[in-house]
Amino acid sequence: MEKFSSCRGKIGTLDRANVDTDQIIPKQFLKSIKRTGFGENLFFDWRYLPDGSPNPDFELNRPEFDGATILVTRNNFGCGSSREHAVWALKQYGFRVIIAPRKEQDGSVIPAFADIFRNNCVKNGLLTIELSESEVNEIFNLVDRFPGVEATVDLEEQGIVIHLDEEVSFHFEVDQEVKKHLLRGLDDIALTLEYEDVIREFESHHQIRGFAE
Amino acid sequence: MGKTLFEKIWDNHVVQELPGGSALLYIDRHLVHEVTSPQAFEGLRMSGRDVRRPDLTFATMDHNVPTDSHETIRDKISKAQMDALERNCNDFNIELYGLDSDYQGIVHVIGPEMGLTLPGMTIVCGDSHTSTHGAFGTLAFGIGTSEVEHVLATQTLRQVKPQTCKVEFTGQLQPQVTSKDMILKLIGEIGTAGGTGYVFEYAGEAVRSLSMEARMTICNMSIEAGARAGMIAPDETTFKYIAAEDRQFAPQGKDFEEAMEYWKTLPTDPDAEFDRVITIEADKIAPQVSWGTSPGMVTDVTDTVPDPEGVPGYSRKDVEQALEYMGLQPGVRMTDIELDTIFIGSCTNARIEDLRRAAHLLRGRKKHPNVRLMVVPGSQQVRLQAETEGLDKVFREAGAEWRYAGCSMCLGMNPDQLEAGERCASTSNRNFEGRQGKGGRTHLVSPEMAAAAAIEGHFVDLRTWENGER
Repeated sequence: MEKFSSCRGKIGTLDRANVDTDQIIPKQFLKSIKRTGFGENLFFDWRYLPDGSPNPDFELNRPEFDGATILVTRNNFGCGSSREHAVWALKQYGFRVIIAPRKEQDGSVIPAFADIFRNNCVKNGLLTIELSESEVNEIFNLVDRFPGVEATVDLEEQGIVIHLDEEVSFHFEVDQEVKKHLLRGLDDIALTLEYEDVIREFESHHQIRGFAE
Repeated sequence: MGKTLFEKIWDNHVVQELPGGSALLYIDRHLVHEVTSPQAFEGLRMSGRDVRRPDLTFATMDHNVPTDSHETIRDKISKAQMDALERNCNDFNIELYGLDSDYQGIVHVIGPEMGLTLPGMTIVCGDSHTSTHGAFGTLAFGIGTSEVEHVLATQTLRQVKPQTCKVEFTGQLQPQVTSKDMILKLIGEIGTAGGTGYVFEYAGEAVRSLSMEARMTICNMSIEAGARAGMIAPDETTFKYIAAEDRQFAPQGKDFEEAMEYWKTLPTDPDAEFDRVITIEADKIAPQVSWGTSPGMVTDVTDTVPDPEGVPGYSRKDVEQALEYMGLQPGVRMTDIELDTIFIGSCTNARIEDLRRAAHLLRGRKKHPNVRLMVVPGSQQVRLQAETEGLDKVFREAGAEWRYAGCSMCLGMNPDQLEAGERCASTSNRNFEGRQGKGGRTHLVSPEMAAAAAIEGHFVDLRTWENGER
């Protein structure tokens, strides 16, 4: 697993909710049997015009967002298909961090990211950060006023600092296990294989009735 | 305190509690297809690891498969991906139901069909619609490719325990209203992230009355509500389905009896508590049609395309963008929306019962001259069964294309795609922008609604047809 500790870079914004993984990386690019080559096709249908030239109306094509490494977007990012290709595409495009808001609805809190997508991010060292709606709105406003603004995200400190004349900072919560894995770049499979004896022992008595073995 | 169905299965599969509150969960069945597995096998090779339990791993090809013929694959890149799966299955000794097999089909159709899916199991697959298998009282969910590699190498997954949510459907469905309408209604109510972090258990009178095929349709689309998995407690309907002929991996005879005794212990205990409960009145559900680019953008067939201001859970901007993409104006009646293509297929609605229900409406009728009608069975077994029953003839005589099994136009990874601007009534699960082809416009419906739309050329409220007669 790739490590993540901190990153300083430009913020790019994508002001859309429910961005699904079909949009992040359309189906025609899933035919590859490799892990590379997805970055150039990130958001393909939004990003390019039919003639293949960049779509000037697509937010992330704004020159001020060129080279952005921090993506700020809206609720339920990464919903839909489980394709990890979506995470590979975001990473290979250059994003290291994605920030989105949790949403309060009918007294319950809706997480910012879809489940499978968030898991896939962790496995690839892409940090997902969940903030409140008002905090994310504030970042959108700041980027509107100062397009191309940079921020530093520090996982150890669990902090985001937006670099303006007067710095604006945010604190974020993170699962401590995820934090540890990202900071150390731990290999999940190797860690699990340390339990090989326990797995074998489990298998020796685990019986699913109806197993036709 | 008692336990829920989910908790019983979870507890029975925890190999080891892990630091930080997650658990190492044992996986009973790992289903593999050509799209999300090549990089996982590559990872195994690079680290010199083997597949721990090839005997619990089963593969098929579905996403890339052309459905006009299984003989020739014109797309070289698709072919390379299918070849890679064949090579990987050979190298790692995994059973593959390839294009030459009578058991090939959409992974979530063939699992139950062959008796691979049984109550009380954990099942994973690199595909979000793995939730389908939950219809058997199985904990089944989709995973990414890194997790596919983890399961291949260890037969376990590191998982944080999700919360539980009971979705209770009270009362009985009206005639011509289906389980597809139940799940679309739920997603319309709670939104596409409303279930994030939860495992759903569908319960209530209306759920109990459903066939296994209909239950699979509900569980299939749990992910469209954001839920990782959806489950239904096993009962006589479940046992009968498993006991049917030709479920080659299901237990037989005395083994079956013993297994059934265990399966009967799985349903949620009366005093168990859920973290959340959602109640929906099943008898009030009308046939549903989606109008936007998110499965939560859905309404009654008797309704109109909504005003951008008045859609709960979606901002004005979301709705405006969706309506622009869909080429729809607020206020247009759903029944006035004219269609170009009708797609009956996918892991949501391409089982034998789905085809029977569509055929029932199409028998002796012709499709509307303006529409193209595609019927794509979910598996080769479904195709063979349908042909035995003469359903293929009904479809062909109605003017439909009768295809070979595959994911087909549900996601257009194969030659079956919509053209830009083309409008489709689809029995699939996602109406995302471009899902069925760049610029294609998808309306999600049940097989009955799709068949009726094929006849009329626009959506119709089937409840106004008596016994399926206009």
